[in-house]
Amino acid sequence: MFTLIDRKDVTAESVWFKIEAPDVARVCKAGQFVIIRTDDKGERIPLTIADWDANEGWITVIFQKVGASTYELADLLKGDNLRDCVGPLGIPTHVENAGNTIVIGGGLGIAIATPVARAYKQAGNYTEVIIGVRNKELLFNVDEIKEFADNLHICTDDGSEGRHGFVTDQLLEMIESGQKINTVFCVGPPIMMKFVSKVTEPFNIKTIASLNTIMLDGTGMCGACRVTVGGETKFACVDGPDFDAHLVEWEETMSRLSSYKEEEKEAMDYYQKHREGCQRDKKGERK
Amino acid sequence: MTAQRKPRPQLIRTKLPMPCQEPSDRVQNFDEVPYGYNEAEAVFEAQRCLKCKNQPCVSGCPVEVPIRDFISLVKERKFLEAAVLIKTKNSLPAVTGRVCPQESQCEAKCVMGRRHQPVAIGNLERFVADYARDHGEEVPKLPSSTGKNIAIVGAGPAGLTCAGDLALLGHKVTIYEALHAPGGVLIYGIPEFRLPKGIVKYEIDFLKKLGVKINLDFIVGSNKTVDELLAEFDAVFIGSGAGAPRFLNIPGVNLVNVYSANEYLTRVNLLKGYKFPEYKTPVKRGKTVLIIGAGNVAMDSARTAKRLGAEHSIIIYRRSKKECPARQEEVHHADEEDIEFRFLTNPIRVIGDELGKVKAVECLQYELGEPDETGRAKPIPIPGSEHLVECEVVVIAVGNDPNPTIPRTTPDLEVSRWGTIVTDRNTGKTSKDRVYAGGDIATGAATVIAAMGAGKIAAKDIHKQIMGIEDEKIVESS
Repeated sequence: MFTLIDRKDVTAESVWFKIEAPDVARVCKAGQFVIIRTDDKGERIPLTIADWDANEGWITVIFQKVGASTYELADLLKGDNLRDCVGPLGIPTHVENAGNTIVIGGGLGIAIATPVARAYKQAGNYTEVIIGVRNKELLFNVDEIKEFADNLHICTDDGSEGRHGFVTDQLLEMIESGQKINTVFCVGPPIMMKFVSKVTEPFNIKTIASLNTIMLDGTGMCGACRVTVGGETKFACVDGPDFDAHLVEWEETMSRLSSYKEEEKEAMDYYQKHREGCQRDKKGERK
Repeated sequence: MTAQRKPRPQLIRTKLPMPCQEPSDRVQNFDEVPYGYNEAEAVFEAQRCLKCKNQPCVSGCPVEVPIRDFISLVKERKFLEAAVLIKTKNSLPAVTGRVCPQESQCEAKCVMGRRHQPVAIGNLERFVADYARDHGEEVPKLPSSTGKNIAIVGAGPAGLTCAGDLALLGHKVTIYEALHAPGGVLIYGIPEFRLPKGIVKYEIDFLKKLGVKINLDFIVGSNKTVDELLAEFDAVFIGSGAGAPRFLNIPGVNLVNVYSANEYLTRVNLLKGYKFPEYKTPVKRGKTVLIIGAGNVAMDSARTAKRLGAEHSIIIYRRSKKECPARQEEVHHADEEDIEFRFLTNPIRVIGDELGKVKAVECLQYELGEPDETGRAKPIPIPGSEHLVECEVVVIAVGNDPNPTIPRTTPDLEVSRWGTIVTDRNTGKTSKDRVYAGGDIATGAATVIAAMGAGKIAAKDIHKQIMGIEDEKIVESS
């Protein structure tokens, strides 16, 4: 059983889960993901593994409440069981000692940027981290990143913390200041990753993007996650999720991500109508 | 002395058709299309069997079901005995009775079929299996445990069959399955209206009663490698299937609402997208759905689209109706359900709107030329025949490649240039000691029954090898 060992609300929008999953924890590496299902009627939800402990047999994930499935997932309480948790899936992030590395996390992407940046640092790279959110209430993992990163830059859209602006503003400034950068790794909303790749492209800086596409099985069986990279069709689940950001067809990737906009709304309406059964009172007990 | 000839009952030339849901009703639901025979109908059809001495029908069956003998039992109304007899050779008769291409296997060899219609073997097999399920069949008595452990990779037709046969021989069997439910293509691919999932579940529960253990959500190649399994088990059987969908090499193939048949059917079958939003996985419902390809999977997709409310469900195929690779029954059912066929037509480009969603497919018209290397007439494009077919959803059903997970993570396993695992077809042995493979991962995409046949062959050889049985001995005992 995949027991929810612990949970907490990281921000108003995102939730942290610690899940008992020894078979996953035993073998997983930075950049890989799991697929989770809440119950028998649930969607298969791909979530990147944020942290893990092979000896204790747990993994953690952080997810954003964006639709019916993630709201339903967020309704689970400590001690509940997930119906499914399968993984690790995808190719681990390729971390080598390449010199100076910048890891960029936007929004929920901070959850994934954290273990990846730590892996870069551990591989001997000088590692700076840039994280960006809409406002300071949505920030998380700040202390954790500060522990290992050589530098942390915070950007907020509204200027409520750190730099008033986007992660790309920070990145461009660093590049233009003549700072030597060998690799940029970015993870977050596709629009952010697209602009990161636009910033680094003229400077010929190797840029890796971690894609979070629509998926079903996560094992290369359905092709829901396909993405055009350098003119070729790739499956994000088995060929990725990391790709050369300069070769990704970003417009296509973004339109595919919004395939089910109308259905998501319908599912959300249904969820709100049928939710009573799993609502919690102030103590967190099920009503 | 002259033999007294018994008067022969009058020959019934045609198969007793199976009653079915009316096409106009069934396109509104996902319930099974044929109702199946009742007892009287089954006995009636069984009487058509000529009881041939040399049983050509059995040689047409990849798992050698004792067809003549089970049909005799049906004739005597010994339905449960018939089920026991079938299960000595076929662990999933309710499945094969529904999805086997009988017309090219057992029924193709039926002597009745030379002049008249063959005996409806598939319908009878289905009846017997359903009868046994409804009337409580007994779990066979298992031999005492051999103490041997076998790991099976993939809970599809090949793996389930191999598992069942090995369990019946007294071995301890553990199946590892990557998805959240066992059954493989039986559960993610073949639709409810053709193979109700309750039936698959029953057959799998039966295997569990034989002591087979199924570990779901477990990916061999990721959670554990084949080598790690070999350290724990006496032998490993790989039945990981042909799960990698092929896409066409045409522009626009990654537009929104272009599906592989695998994705389309998985959303609907495994994840019950037809019950969205109660079930959380959505599936696009277009007014016009275009399906590319004409195999069983294409028929399943087209009929699914109809049930999801498509006004037009159109199959595009570059050859003619005669060359359709689908089972006759599937083409017939599709015809009845007003699936539109556009033969000698092939897509050259998928066209999207400003949001990147499919709005049409550009096609070329073909004509048939000289036979090609497959012996079929080669389709030749007609210049200037470009035309648009407007649609909201496209489903690509042009086949699958072998699942690459195991070959990628098992470096010393010999793999063909098509990505299939190389095996000895008589034993299921791979290039790696104690590792066997069968089904689509070894042959490339084929049928459920062929995969089951491969699972059987491997089970036999695994038993022989782990028990240290000499060749002669197995011949004697069988």
